[in-house]
Amino acid sequence: MSQEVALEGVTRRFGEFTAVRNVDLTIRAGEFFSFLGPSGCGKTTILRMISGFIDPSEGVVRIGGKDMRGIGPNKRPTALIFQNLALFPLMPVWQNVAFGLEVRGVAKAERRKRAEDLLGIVELTESADKSVSQLSGGQRQRVAIARALAVAPQVMLLDEPLSALDLKLRQHMRAELRRIQQRTGVTFIYITHDQGEALTMSDRVGVMSQGVLQQIGAPLEIYNDPATPFVASFVGEANVFTGRVASANGTMAQIETETGTFTARMGRGARSGEPAMLFVRPEHMRLGDAAAAAANRIIAAFTHAEFEGNFVNVFSDGGLRKPMMAQARSDARLLGLTHGETLPMGFDPADAVILPLGDLARE
Amino acid sequence: MKQLLTRYGATLTGAMIVATFVWLVGMVILPYLVMVDFSFRPNLLPVDIGTDKDHYTADNYATLFRNQIHFLVFLRTLWGSALATLLCLCVAYPVAYFLAMIATPGQAATFLLLLVIPFWINEILRTFAWFIILAYNGPLNGVLRIIGVISSPIRWISGSGAVIAGMVYAYTVFMVFPVYNAILSLDRNQVEAARDLGAPLWRIHWRVVIPHAKPGITVGCILVFTAAAGSYIVPSILAAPGTRWFTEIIYQWFYEGQNWQQGSAYAFLLLILCLAFVLAMMRIFRVGLADIAR
Repeated sequence: MSQEVALEGVTRRFGEFTAVRNVDLTIRAGEFFSFLGPSGCGKTTILRMISGFIDPSEGVVRIGGKDMRGIGPNKRPTALIFQNLALFPLMPVWQNVAFGLEVRGVAKAERRKRAEDLLGIVELTESADKSVSQLSGGQRQRVAIARALAVAPQVMLLDEPLSALDLKLRQHMRAELRRIQQRTGVTFIYITHDQGEALTMSDRVGVMSQGVLQQIGAPLEIYNDPATPFVASFVGEANVFTGRVASANGTMAQIETETGTFTARMGRGARSGEPAMLFVRPEHMRLGDAAAAAANRIIAAFTHAEFEGNFVNVFSDGGLRKPMMAQARSDARLLGLTHGETLPMGFDPADAVILPLGDLARE
Repeated sequence: MKQLLTRYGATLTGAMIVATFVWLVGMVILPYLVMVDFSFRPNLLPVDIGTDKDHYTADNYATLFRNQIHFLVFLRTLWGSALATLLCLCVAYPVAYFLAMIATPGQAATFLLLLVIPFWINEILRTFAWFIILAYNGPLNGVLRIIGVISSPIRWISGSGAVIAGMVYAYTVFMVFPVYNAILSLDRNQVEAARDLGAPLWRIHWRVVIPHAKPGITVGCILVFTAAAGSYIVPSILAAPGTRWFTEIIYQWFYEGQNWQQGSAYAFLLLILCLAFVLAMMRIFRVGLADIAR
């Protein structure tokens, strides 16, 4: 059983400060939806409004079509997984998992059985009688998931639950969470500042900045077709050129920048004659001979390269405030470049997007 | 020991050890041993000391069980102190929870200061204040009559009721601080997690907050119980004539009866009662000495 969650004109203020500004959004039943944004962008506030710990200053939260005003967190069909997990350290693992059932008056033997079933889902059956402090970080994580699943929530809320884990475990738990979500069919609402988590697990992502929902879309759409300069720079890396849209021709336009005039796709809200920004992903930058064939060309000076194993990040000075970054497959020739050496770079119009001048604020 | 020697040298270390030894043996252990010795001897006339009559006996301890009135007072002290402890816990727990989890740090500091300020006044004066409040023609009866709750004044200072009230007032602070400290270390998210899983308020407290605060509750109960059982001023001012406290009987043996042997025995019986309570609390709450020391 899962339910859709709708936010209708939701605003939340804390005194003078507006944490969440007029958010309209429907999260579909059974969907894995992520809120992505830097810390302080209001994503946790949204989660706490859905779980019922705080009320919106304006607007309505609906779960399964039902207005949630005046319904406390203990009465909502949601389960929250806390950033620090908040397991009960004085109860053994199985009692942690069964706590929600205990609250609902399920008999002890039945509780134990259901707890064991749930621990089976997260592959921790043999740890039922252990104390929480005996478990590793990843195991605790799974206990928290089992504890939340025990109350058969229709919506599962996750507040950066993987942030305390090390890289390998985090990657493993991403797959695990996705698997559990697909198996149970519960609506998952996931909060993160890590774009990797948001892009790999989610059906859709909502990118937030300063209390405003900047863009909602599938991970691919967010990455390839960012709606605002903030999204373009926060999700993934980008080379940014500022300038003015010279002429627009349908979906394509010319943009005049300090570095030169380039042809690129018109993004949302960009208008001819107005100040704008051009975004190009590092992996879309072509280097050396390949650059000659590209429609947009820049002559830059190589500064340094970072060898990442399967690929290499090449940095060069193209007259921008920040060094330009290009990502290419590792090859000995790139790593053999010397500082200051001329390096032609280029990109295709289809790989670059023009967006209206805006705020790039990011952590 | 070795660290002390290397840090302070032989002379200073020796001096410190001797000083500690003198204090511990001369001022703590020996006086107790003298009292133990006293408590097992009969109260004799000076002429009889050293004669056949002067031999060790458990008579002084047996007196308590032979004297019905004294035994009744002993039981009343046990029961009254336990009741005062329970009431202190009922008053202190919500206060401690509020201060630790709900109040802002500034509010908490103000409240704690307000709790401590009355203790700058002498205990006798504070207890007399209660005597005045609870008096037959006192302000409590006056207010109750004005607002029409009662038609004729109530004699509050009768039986042990006023004593318990005075003790709850005097000792609640000893309960608030340890419980407050214990709750302070509880992760707020655990309360929210329990709430999110559907738990009503009472169950959050019963399953999450109280288990966490157990060492603090145990310490608070021990402090209040021993203070109440050993209290002399509160019962001597607030008790009705017919309801004495065990400490008053000990006082009588020492000063009015001039029977130090008997008084010592009673004092040890009170000490044993308190020790038994401490051990019982630690057993009931499954708390060890290490937990209490936290």
